[in-house]
Amino acid sequence: MSALLRTEGVHKAYGGVRALDTCTIEVAEGTVAGLIGPNGSGKTTLFNVITGYAKADTGEVYLADRRITNMAPDKVFALGIGRTFQLTRIFPRLTVMENMLVASQHSRSGARKRAMEQLEFVGIAGYHGALAGMLSFGQRKLLELAYVLVADPAIVLLDEPAGGVNLSLVNHIADRIRELNAAGKTFLIVEHNMEFVMGLCEQVTVLDSGTVVAAGPPDIVRTDRRVLDAYLGEDIEEAEDDPAAAEGT
Amino acid sequence: MSQADPQGRSWRGPALATGARAVGLAALLAVAVAFPVIFPNPVVTNYGVFTLIFVAVASAWNFFSGFSGYISLGNAVFFGSGAYALGIAARDWHVTGTGVFALLPLAAAVAALIAVPLGLIALRVRRHTFIVITIAFFFIFQLMAYNFSFTGGSTGVDAPFLPWQAQTYNNPFYYIALACAVGAIALSWLIRRSRFGLQLRAIRDDEDRARGLGVRAMRVKLSAFVLSAAVTGLVGAVWFFYLTQVQPPSGFDPLFDLSVVLMAFLGGLGTISGPVLGALIIEPGQLYLTTTFTNGYLSEILLGAVFLTVVLLVPRGIIPTGGEYLRRLTTRGRAAIPAAVPAVPQAADPAQVQEAQH
Repeated sequence: MSALLRTEGVHKAYGGVRALDTCTIEVAEGTVAGLIGPNGSGKTTLFNVITGYAKADTGEVYLADRRITNMAPDKVFALGIGRTFQLTRIFPRLTVMENMLVASQHSRSGARKRAMEQLEFVGIAGYHGALAGMLSFGQRKLLELAYVLVADPAIVLLDEPAGGVNLSLVNHIADRIRELNAAGKTFLIVEHNMEFVMGLCEQVTVLDSGTVVAAGPPDIVRTDRRVLDAYLGEDIEEAEDDPAAAEGT
Repeated sequence: MSQADPQGRSWRGPALATGARAVGLAALLAVAVAFPVIFPNPVVTNYGVFTLIFVAVASAWNFFSGFSGYISLGNAVFFGSGAYALGIAARDWHVTGTGVFALLPLAAAVAALIAVPLGLIALRVRRHTFIVITIAFFFIFQLMAYNFSFTGGSTGVDAPFLPWQAQTYNNPFYYIALACAVGAIALSWLIRRSRFGLQLRAIRDDEDRARGLGVRAMRVKLSAFVLSAAVTGLVGAVWFFYLTQVQPPSGFDPLFDLSVVLMAFLGGLGTISGPVLGALIIEPGQLYLTTTFTNGYLSEILLGAVFLTVVLLVPRGIIPTGGEYLRRLTTRGRAAIPAAVPAVPQAADPAQVQEAQH
């Protein structure tokens, strides 16, 4: 399968802090890919670089074979990359329907129809006339997903879609992603909920300190020693190898 | 079959409200048109001219600043530039009599042209930085008006003489100002309903997010800024003809910007009717205080006091606050929109939604 989205050797530093270091990932078309790693490993920074919210110091980003490195967010979106944020970012003083129409690239009449279809798909069509700021956190997540989908992007980047929502909503979101993927939509998901990632993703990439430490199918990745090191820390691994050190003797 | 939407409102409600609004607007327009006939006293029509001028500029300010959230304190730049552009054009091209009104579009064009580079600079920054830059522009333009020879320095520029009778001199200006006001309100309404207006309001809520959804923020903001400047410049030219003179402190007046902002805040920032209501309250009040009390500072002190009161007591303005109060009364304590929507995934069923509200 060809890569729909790929980054090549992306480097990004904030002052002296190295957020991404020669980061190279690939997302195949029509797949659900996961991007995991401990806090501060550079997952959201990579999303920001891909979607134009942050500029890469070096390295390249490609959508299909088109170079999109450091393009403005509006251009990246127009080319077919939609994203959600870890902390949902909706337009609170617009109605739910107006939120949908901001992202819509369709004509006026077609836009409303398509927007309503997406709201029905995620399950919040009943609130189309309500102010988005009145929605609960979980429903804001659904609205954010819906308005990204309304423009029919080639790939959707989801930043912690299961973060801070209850179990039934997590399952609801996972089901929607599966349905969309079955219809051909490509996803790249950042998520801390391992059950969610492992149950949904065909390919998982693990970041640590801004560098890819492992990539592959979930079953392989979850047992990879470098991944365990990244999550649990090398000292623990060393301690396991040296019981005397662990006991402090 | 239910005749209510998921928010529990009758489907007949919006249609009735639209009808009532149309009747109300027609009645208001009829009153505005008949005003000089009912009150022919020039002192009263003078109030009418100034009030309508401020209705127009407050609406023009609002459809950029109110919709986008970029609070400009430099719209006097466009007001003064429109006035000066027409004065200079009439003087240098020797245009006299009523022919000067044919030059009005020139004032709009000059203000719009000035707004393009100013917007390209100022709209790169946000919030207080944007406000400070617009204030800086204002002082730069006032200083230029004082110091350039073609602006007439501190003596300014005089308007051509209009051979109209003193008793009815105000009336043509009243109707020109009314046309400007109606035009500005109509433009505001069209923008509010358009995709362009939606993008402006999305920028107000979260500009970066809007950019990530395909909104070309700079282009949208600059278009609104230039449009607002054009209307303000045109009205500035009308004001200049009416006063027959423009000088640096009157053309580029800091109180102009404060008054316009206060009008929009008092009535309701980002609404169509808010700035209109604000102008209808503030401008006659200011004129009354200025003409009644010889102490020139009193109206400014009171303007500041009103500003404080509005910010502290009705920060959202009269129209939004009043609208919410009326909605509470008409819904008899039921929330018009769900106060806290439960995170139920399958809540698309309107029956469930209604149930959740009760």
